[in-house]
Amino acid sequence: MPLPTIFARDEIIMSTAVTLDNIVKRFGTFTAVHPLNLEIEQGSFLTLLGPSGCGKTTTLRMIAGLLDPTEGDILVKGQRVNTVPIHKRNLGIVFQSYALFPHKTIFENVAFGLKYRDVSKAEVEQKVKAAMELVQLPDMGDRYPTQLSGGQQQRIALARAIVIEPDVLLLDEPLSALDANLREDMRVELKNIQEKLGVTTVFVTHDQGEALAMSDNIVVMRDGRIEQVGSPWDVYNRPASEFVAQFLGASNLMDVSVEGAGADKVAIELPHFGKLEVDTTQVPKGNASQKGKLVLRAEKLQLSDAKAKLPAGHVSAKGTVEAVDYLGQSVRYFVHVGDQKLQAINTVGQALFNQGEAAQVHFDPQNCTLLGD
Amino acid sequence: MRGWPLIRAWTILVYTFMFLPVAVVILLAFNANQFGAFPMTGFSLRWFVALWENDAIVRAFQTSLTLGLMTAIISTTLGVLASLALVRYDFPGKNSISTLLIAPILVPEVVLAVALLLFLQMLNIPKSFFLLLMGHVIFTLPFVVLVVQARLVAVKKDYEEAARSLGASPIQAFFQITLPLILPAVMAGGLFAFTISFDDITGTLFWKPGGVETVPTQIFAMLRNSISPEINALGAVMIMLTTGLPLIGIGVARWSASRRNK
Repeated sequence: MPLPTIFARDEIIMSTAVTLDNIVKRFGTFTAVHPLNLEIEQGSFLTLLGPSGCGKTTTLRMIAGLLDPTEGDILVKGQRVNTVPIHKRNLGIVFQSYALFPHKTIFENVAFGLKYRDVSKAEVEQKVKAAMELVQLPDMGDRYPTQLSGGQQQRIALARAIVIEPDVLLLDEPLSALDANLREDMRVELKNIQEKLGVTTVFVTHDQGEALAMSDNIVVMRDGRIEQVGSPWDVYNRPASEFVAQFLGASNLMDVSVEGAGADKVAIELPHFGKLEVDTTQVPKGNASQKGKLVLRAEKLQLSDAKAKLPAGHVSAKGTVEAVDYLGQSVRYFVHVGDQKLQAINTVGQALFNQGEAAQVHFDPQNCTLLGD
Repeated sequence: MRGWPLIRAWTILVYTFMFLPVAVVILLAFNANQFGAFPMTGFSLRWFVALWENDAIVRAFQTSLTLGLMTAIISTTLGVLASLALVRYDFPGKNSISTLLIAPILVPEVVLAVALLLFLQMLNIPKSFFLLLMGHVIFTLPFVVLVVQARLVAVKKDYEEAARSLGASPIQAFFQITLPLILPAVMAGGLFAFTISFDDITGTLFWKPGGVETVPTQIFAMLRNSISPEINALGAVMIMLTTGLPLIGIGVARWSASRRNK
């Protein structure tokens, strides 16, 4: 399956904007971030994704200079910045709370960072105007932050961070305080602005939808460690661990035994479904153990009538529908296959299955990933 | 709802008991009679004029004003710095220092006054205006720290961090962002310090060097001889100052807040 072109950024000369070299952060005896290595490409949009307490915000704050790493080095454009104080790092930060200065007008807020840079008064006017136009709020200059809606404050916070032309833009869950509809609009807009400016961006979120929609690369974190780094397509379709599979959308995890590994295929035995073959390209390295787990996305598992003809290459098993969760465009089935409970998210076709009905569940082994035990 | 009239009457009595003497002092300050007592014989500003012409009182007034202003400035500066340290930073012994700063409120003033006096005698340091000032700073500081700390806790660290990320040094971030945001509390703390210092008599009596009188100690000294109607006028001035200043402060705070939120 080819990668969607949106993730290819060949127009930008690839170089590293930020390097995290074995950084560790400890708070007393608690280790928030274990030795962590990461390279962030110039101009790319990187997301640190994980549940709360996974170390993503701590990592962001270390890049920002708001926290000192206990060990390791942080490099911005090849320069070690560990000892550079935050105000000399030239980074733009958008906080979850926006942190607009309540005693300053919107214009003064956006112009704040320019005061500390060698910028003439006329240039300040012009840059602030351009930034406010970019976030589509050109006429708010005279107001105070409390007179703006949450979404507007969010945009101004972004304008304030980008007007200084930062080397790196750091976004700490900037969308989480907005309501659902606005959040989706802002996510598209934020991505557009980022692409327009070509500014290297590090985005922290616990929302997998945001991460998948916006990122060039996603870093999935858990308990202060990186679980997987990859494109949204990779982390979604080729999860490197059970945690990643579970955290990004609904997945079925099934115990399998590995029968034998060929040059390009691995034969496995899946209870109820029988023998099937998975491409070795889909098997992460170092998973040559005899036991494994098969990861199958809920939307790749399909239900059909027991008599229906299967699409080519599909494997199937008989199951009973336990519960039906109607979602509008799609429907989520919980199906018992033997003693296993599987989830299937199907688009709504002609006939829905009802609770208690027997059905044939099937999937294409191409769409699976095998994890080592 | 029965019993409310009783409660109302009782409340009125309590307030009368508290404020009637103050009202009487103010009223008698305008009495034309040369004895500071009822009945009033007419309206007159003669006692205020007499105050103005009394050198000792004018001098005491100047001393009190200087002392109060300096106490307010020093106390507020130290109090803001201490609050910043206690709220924004972690360091060993933080709790003990916090308790120590607040302690002068909890210790009876006489005890504090005597202790400081004995301490100075032990060190063979003679009494001076500077030491009187330091004494006032010690027992006004807790008020400043309490008020400013409460405000500072409510000002999110994000503001300072945002300012710093935009290029402001820690000191620039303080003056550009933190200070304006805590200014109402700083002003309130300063007013507290000023009025407490201006009103104080216990500590001042112990610490003041010979020949220096503040308004309260001057009144105290005058009362020992006779009850002159001048004291009523002086009392009225004191009441105006110590209640008027905070009221003006509140007014200014409300005005600036309403301007921003409109």
